[in-house]
Amino acid sequence: MIASLLAEIPYWGESLLRVLGGLVAVLLPAGTIVYLFLFKMMSFMQSRLGPMEAGPYGSMQLFAEVGKWLQKEDIVPERADKFIFKIAPIVVLVSTFLLVAVVPFGPDAYFTNFETGVFYALAVSSIAVLGILMAGWSSANKYSLLGGLRAAGQLIAYELPMVLAVVGVVIQAGTMNMQQIVVAQNGGSMFGFSGVGNPYVITQFIGFVVFMIAIQAELTQAPFDMPIAESELVSGYMTEYSGFRFLIFFIGEFATAGVFAMIASVLFLGGWGVPFAWFGWTSIDDVANWMNIVGPLILFTKMMLVVFIIMWIRFSYPRFREDQLQRFAWKVLIPVSLANIMVTAVLKVVF
Amino acid sequence: MAKLPGLIKGLGVTFGTMVRTITKGANTVQYPHEKETPPIRARGVIALHQDNCTSCMLCSRSCPDWCIYIEAHKDLAPPRREGGKVRQVNKLDRFDIDYSLCMYCGICVEVCPFDALFWSPEYEYSEPNISDLLHDKTKLSEWMETVPEAPALEVGADKKKK
Amino acid sequence: MTGDRLGNRQQLAYIAAQAADARVNLELETEGMTLNIGPQHPATHGTLRIIARLDGEQVVWAEPSCGYMHRGYEKLTEVRTYPQVTSLVNRIDWLGSFANEVPFILAAEKLMNVEAPPRAQWIRTILFELSRIANVSLFLGDLGVQLGAITPVFLAFRDREYVLNLIESATGGRFHPNFDRIGGLKDDLPAGFIDETKAVMKKLRNFCDEIETLLFGNEIFQSRTRGIGVIPRDIALQYGMSGANLRASGVDWDLRRDQPNAMAWDKVNFKVWTHPDGDSFARCWVRLQETREATLIVDQLLDTIPSGPIMAKVPKIIKVPEGEAYVSTENPLGEMGYYVVSRGDLGPFRVKIRSASFNNISIAPWLLRGVYVPDIVTILASLYFILGDIDR
Repeated sequence: MIASLLAEIPYWGESLLRVLGGLVAVLLPAGTIVYLFLFKMMSFMQSRLGPMEAGPYGSMQLFAEVGKWLQKEDIVPERADKFIFKIAPIVVLVSTFLLVAVVPFGPDAYFTNFETGVFYALAVSSIAVLGILMAGWSSANKYSLLGGLRAAGQLIAYELPMVLAVVGVVIQAGTMNMQQIVVAQNGGSMFGFSGVGNPYVITQFIGFVVFMIAIQAELTQAPFDMPIAESELVSGYMTEYSGFRFLIFFIGEFATAGVFAMIASVLFLGGWGVPFAWFGWTSIDDVANWMNIVGPLILFTKMMLVVFIIMWIRFSYPRFREDQLQRFAWKVLIPVSLANIMVTAVLKVVF
Repeated sequence: MAKLPGLIKGLGVTFGTMVRTITKGANTVQYPHEKETPPIRARGVIALHQDNCTSCMLCSRSCPDWCIYIEAHKDLAPPRREGGKVRQVNKLDRFDIDYSLCMYCGICVEVCPFDALFWSPEYEYSEPNISDLLHDKTKLSEWMETVPEAPALEVGADKKKK
Repeated sequence: MTGDRLGNRQQLAYIAAQAADARVNLELETEGMTLNIGPQHPATHGTLRIIARLDGEQVVWAEPSCGYMHRGYEKLTEVRTYPQVTSLVNRIDWLGSFANEVPFILAAEKLMNVEAPPRAQWIRTILFELSRIANVSLFLGDLGVQLGAITPVFLAFRDREYVLNLIESATGGRFHPNFDRIGGLKDDLPAGFIDETKAVMKKLRNFCDEIETLLFGNEIFQSRTRGIGVIPRDIALQYGMSGANLRASGVDWDLRRDQPNAMAWDKVNFKVWTHPDGDSFARCWVRLQETREATLIVDQLLDTIPSGPIMAKVPKIIKVPEGEAYVSTENPLGEMGYYVVSRGDLGPFRVKIRSASFNNISIAPWLLRGVYVPDIVTILASLYFILGDIDR
């Protein structure tokens, strides 16, 4: 139905819809995550209620914050490299939007359907590293420089475990196409039992754990938030930013958290689908059309679950020191994920 | 069961706090809408009982910040009984406490020999204009209404009270 | 976890890593960077300035530059009377403020040859230990924030509120009690204080357990603090450290037990906690145990409190006779002492304040050589100073 509807809309209309959909897909999770987890969950874990004044139970607090940040003075430090200073936040946000382009929201609801979706996603997520480095260097501030350098080391180091953890999923699914991975999980069966499909969180549990740790580090959340390290570097690479530019960093941080969580739920938790066996579908063409509406909601729920875990760990743990971070990535996570790949490959051939 | 690593137990503490806050309520009060009552002895504001004050200036002298301003003049008052001498009494002209300087130490209240100054737990008297923080004797006498009874003392205290 | 020793291998590994870093910096002929961890900073407990010369992430040389909060206490006391000085002195170590008044009052009482009645001594000790609990529980929360864990500080403030409410119900002020007087105390305790305090002490013991699970049991916290900033025993003694910093280096030194004074510590049983390691973890751990111990001391004192007057026979206008006296007590931050010189006036002639944090932070240049930048924060957090105490 949607395909026929889309056939009637001219190409520019389709592109506009895709752009709007992309904006919604990035900003809606970001807003919900900020309110639900940052404002409310963190407060509950600290025996307090969080924002309650702006709107009922503080639900309008995010809009109030956006308004506040927009009306602040835009300060560019005098000795900063102005051009790079100004485009650094945009680079960070661009990588989020590029990333969401490849996430499938439903059987027909996706922005693009790359054959090498996983490869593209992992590659594009590294663009944020550039943005952070640019922000740290161009701020003409020693604290920001320290933050930027730490970020460079950390984010590059944790790219590898992320990639290696996902390789196990790719081996098990046999394809790099995100949509096919979702179908493989929901349509598959575990040891002949197809009641719950084949969510890779169970068979690739080690890969899941490594991936979660890696995205915690990619998002520079505690315990890996050395680049930000509030108590030493006062916001690290974000120190000199104010007004709208800081807002972009802020929203970007949570938007990226949302999008990474979406990718995690697509790769490990079964994405937009429920096990096909529940409805008797056998392949993607069988899937009913109402799944295009319900699918995004299911994906949203799974994403919220993953973000809950990320945020829970963020609020509970102190941070690693930089060299301990690096040691952990290179000496623990990479060997573990390599071992995971070996075991997966062997078991794939055997079974 | 093997000992859970400390990391997991730490997660349990935060999760437990979250559940406790959701079910039993937070440890905070939403200030403008709900207010906590301070204890009886809380040092909120100083109240003046004008009739007791003889402008002996002891409080003004003992204030570490010199924030009490007293001016008085001598007046004649009728004798206490028939045929007695005419008395000289001090009449207060000005008794101001500057709350922008006051450090709420309580020395003035303690030192007053005539029980003219009292502590009151009122704390909501902030002003947008700093010169309004100079409370004159009318305002200080108004605070007298908020002065509570002194609390009962703990067991074992000496019965003799000030 | 409970107070076990730091392994020699871990210690050697840390030193080897630092040395390797230094060698690399030398080979690459890197240029150092002078970083000003300036007076305005979230990490320092107030306006402390650390001038650090960095080589990459390693500190080559660091020096604290204090004085941004100097308020001229010793000069102020020259022109104030004894009650006025007592109310001012509250503000030196503002977190455990009753503890600041006590050595000063004890010194004045020594000069006047007056001893407070037993009930006053008991209540003084109870309030002293309550301020110790208020002070150190904030330290435990603040430790989390310095290291990146944002939840413990809220738990600390939540449970510290109970102690502050207790102090307020007795003295009238949460932070600045101004309750001690020469010869005794200003007022007696209000009714219900004893039962309330016992309930609060139970809550604080729960808080200590929570912090132990959330923070001290955390492997990340342990790897951040074990082996960092080791102060050997003799160096600690040479630099004049005191308090928990000294006890964490293995020196069994507690003025409450060792020095006779007119307070009620000799009437209770308490354990003096030491730790042989001398690293940051040891200092934090010793303070945690001391908080628990303080709650037990308060419980014992509440059980045995005698009845009677709370003020000795002293004249209304107090003129302290001529002489000099020095009294020091085991304050929450360390050893705090007042050297009072009196010329028979209404106020002291000269007061010299020996504050614990000033001596504690003098070890910073020696300790901060060769550590990484994040470790600066860990070490300063574990040394635990309050700027009002350093600068007075």
